[in-house]
Amino acid sequence: MWETVIGLEIHVQLATESKLFSPASTDFGSEQNTQASIIDLGMPGVLPVLNRSAVDMAIKFGLAVDAKIAKKSIFARKNYFYPDLPKGYQISQYELPIVYDGKLEINLNGKSKIIGITRAHLEEDAGKSIHDLYDDQSAIDLNRAGTPLIEIVSEPDMRSASEAVTYLKKIHSIVKSLGISDGNMEEGSFRCDANISIRKVGDDYGIRAEIKNINSFKFVENAINYEVSRQQDILESGGSVNQETRLYDPKKNETRPMRSKEEANDYRYFPDPDLLPVEISDQKINEIKLTLPELPDSKKVRYVSELGLKLEDAEILSLNPRLALFFEESIKGQKNLHQPIANFILSEVVGLCNKKNLEISSISIKPNHVSKLMLYVSEGKISSKQAKDILNDIWDGKSEIDDIIKSKNIEQVSDIDILTKEAQKILEKHPKEVQDYKNGKDKLMGFFVGLVMKEMKGKANPKVLNQILNKLLKEQ
Amino acid sequence: MTYKSVREILKAIRNKDVSATEITRDYLSRIKEKDDNLNCFITITEEIALEKAKKIDAEISHNKFRSLSGLPIAQKDIFCTQNVKTTCGSKMLDNFISPYNATVIEKLNDAGTIMLGKTNMDEFAMGSSNETSYYGPVNNPWDVKFVPGGSSGGSASAVAARIAPCSTGTDTGGSIRQPASLCGICGLKPTYGRVSRFGMIAFASSLDQAGLFTTDALDAAILLREISGHDVKDSTSSEVEVPDYYAHCIDEHKTTYTIGIPEEFTKDLNDDVKKTFYDSVKVLENIGCKIKKINLKYTGLGVSAYQVVAPAECSSNLSRFDGVRFGHRSDSSSSLEELYRQSRSEGFGKEVKRRILVGTYALSAGYYDAYYLKAQKVRNLIAKDFENAFKHVDLIIGPTTPDKAFKIGEKMNDPIAMYLSDVYTVSTNLAGLPAMSIPMGFKDKMPLGLQIIGKHFDEKNILKLSYLYQKETDWHDMEPGI
Repeated sequence: MWETVIGLEIHVQLATESKLFSPASTDFGSEQNTQASIIDLGMPGVLPVLNRSAVDMAIKFGLAVDAKIAKKSIFARKNYFYPDLPKGYQISQYELPIVYDGKLEINLNGKSKIIGITRAHLEEDAGKSIHDLYDDQSAIDLNRAGTPLIEIVSEPDMRSASEAVTYLKKIHSIVKSLGISDGNMEEGSFRCDANISIRKVGDDYGIRAEIKNINSFKFVENAINYEVSRQQDILESGGSVNQETRLYDPKKNETRPMRSKEEANDYRYFPDPDLLPVEISDQKINEIKLTLPELPDSKKVRYVSELGLKLEDAEILSLNPRLALFFEESIKGQKNLHQPIANFILSEVVGLCNKKNLEISSISIKPNHVSKLMLYVSEGKISSKQAKDILNDIWDGKSEIDDIIKSKNIEQVSDIDILTKEAQKILEKHPKEVQDYKNGKDKLMGFFVGLVMKEMKGKANPKVLNQILNKLLKEQ
Repeated sequence: MTYKSVREILKAIRNKDVSATEITRDYLSRIKEKDDNLNCFITITEEIALEKAKKIDAEISHNKFRSLSGLPIAQKDIFCTQNVKTTCGSKMLDNFISPYNATVIEKLNDAGTIMLGKTNMDEFAMGSSNETSYYGPVNNPWDVKFVPGGSSGGSASAVAARIAPCSTGTDTGGSIRQPASLCGICGLKPTYGRVSRFGMIAFASSLDQAGLFTTDALDAAILLREISGHDVKDSTSSEVEVPDYYAHCIDEHKTTYTIGIPEEFTKDLNDDVKKTFYDSVKVLENIGCKIKKINLKYTGLGVSAYQVVAPAECSSNLSRFDGVRFGHRSDSSSSLEELYRQSRSEGFGKEVKRRILVGTYALSAGYYDAYYLKAQKVRNLIAKDFENAFKHVDLIIGPTTPDKAFKIGEKMNDPIAMYLSDVYTVSTNLAGLPAMSIPMGFKDKMPLGLQIIGKHFDEKNILKLSYLYQKETDWHDMEPGI
């Protein structure tokens, strides 16, 4: 029986305004090479100056994953030649990273598991090489060069693709909750390398392959599953896995070799003499602690214990900071509707978002809509089915719930006097059925309800109507 | 028109005895007359100089004076100068026009100085004789068959020949003090971090320091204040306050120093250098200094440690010269790897390549501990050595170089012999200490220098001792007959 062993290295672009070592802007999508200062261009004589807000963000992350924050960390140079690496070296942290020895709890299929976080270090991103713009030349865009990243390195603690994805999603949720990254995977703000090996249970770690630069949750899962079966095939046919770097091709859903261990660069790391060691005081750490927002795990606990949500709903809501915000806005002033509101958001609102592939923060449905709809349902003013219909109308651009209800003439009638009057009329017209009912034909209740509904064009509140009919029939 | 010092020039301009334009024209004509023989300048910035002089004169006509209004100066071609070719003595940057000014240049420009041109130097500051320059060797004005020292050979030779009243240099292992010594002028290397390195093309970042050439100590005191201070663009620049060095020098309050002479700096000297050196010691004793014998037992390892640390850093610092964004780009390459290989093979000279290879080796996996890490340990020991010595003495002196200038070509095929000419200077770079070379006499009509080493950020007392020495001697007034 094979056991899969996975460790992830996650690269997270930090949401600083300027670059890690230069004052140039980090905005995404500007015209090529307009956001590269002389420092990013690696001009002769320029020097890096550390952006302290990137340091603060790294500390935030460290605190969020229960890690140690290094009192002193050091920037090193990682030397290699590539055209989108202007200085011929990347400034990164090597021997002494700013964050180390952290951990994260993940929950999968009702089971929880701790994933160790070896380290998280600060480093600068490279520029971009564009190979498909010109026929026989490559283009280079240095806008991204120097953008701050943290690289989060896990222990090889994951045992399946789904565990890896769960861990990855949780890290994604944490960096977004902390506001230290936009987490945008399509723009490359959040990407991951996966180290994968397999072994017989109880054996030492097998030889691993590293899959580079995977930029979606789905691809991570597919790449790992592909790689695991590739390695199994090799080992089961008596071969051995090469230690190598591989690339995942989402179009073909396969991984293929990029470079082997023998071809691996000798990066000749050494401390960057242009930068002083980063020293962080306990006072600084405590100051940052005070600014930490509520993290997904404590949010989840609060949703269950204080708001009375079901654990699985609390889990989903807490992992997505925007969803959590939407939920919390929706329950404002609705003491007893927490669970119905959660249900409605998770099934109806999220369903619409997924269908249209939109973020919950950018849709026309607002928390106060959800709040009002659930209130009306609870009051019997409208039915659940009608609430869904109204939600669709709001999605299509209408905004006033009361107007929609009026225009559709769908408001439920819960008024006891009106309903009693209508019910009496029906009972008077059907004395035989009333007698049958009293003789034990319980099923006839549906018959009476149906007739009243027909009379009232479906607007009667079924719950209230039932109560009234029960009462009237007893009195007969 | 003869002004003997920066001070005299500044005074004459302030008194309106001479205009900035006149003084600039005077130096430009001296350069035209003499530089064919010396090769001090890679670029002469005549037009820019005259334009700036005109601007300064206009200011002066409104009685607006800056601290160095109208002072001509030569800038080592290692400092980036906006819109002016900045070559670093290399074919690699023969076509490089810098888009920005180094902080040192910016400060001197703002102070009202007038740049005469960019001076010749060993390629990327790697050399001790100015013979590795792509633009040919610089000659020593005392005898053109001899080297001026290096790497700041052009800046030293120009001041010695009086074709510039002062100049900038950089010192990684002795590149200011050694040429100052061989050319018979003052050369000051400040404490590491005293002067911003921003815009100074990096050779070995943890050792590089910008400094000055002048004919005497008071001029150096005036200029040092202008270029010193913290720079937000250089994280390794210091926030230690910049004192008024000049005021400290001329303060008549009686100062006596305890001066240490390390046995290691004197035991291997030849008789001529030894005699000249001890004559200087006598002068210092006569002005009341107490002399103490000391030991710096690890300085003997300085050159070895330096020859690991400096190449290691240089191998990384010079990676940016890849033919992609600026500098020499080979036109005979058809692949990325070829572009790198050809551009760098064609663009760099022999000594630069040697050091890149040595440094790449020293940082390689499996060798890092044995070389780079060990060299860093030696470096700490050397720093400790000095630290201990400075518990007992105020300043340390010795000869700047083991001998007078050597002939052009003499050591080019013997890199080890060349490296050993830095034997007395490298240890201060490794320890980050300030040091200065001042003229102390001659051997066979070629100048010799006295090195004064101080505690961190104690440039003021190095300058003051130099000044006190120069009040008693006239070596610094001697001019070559070129």
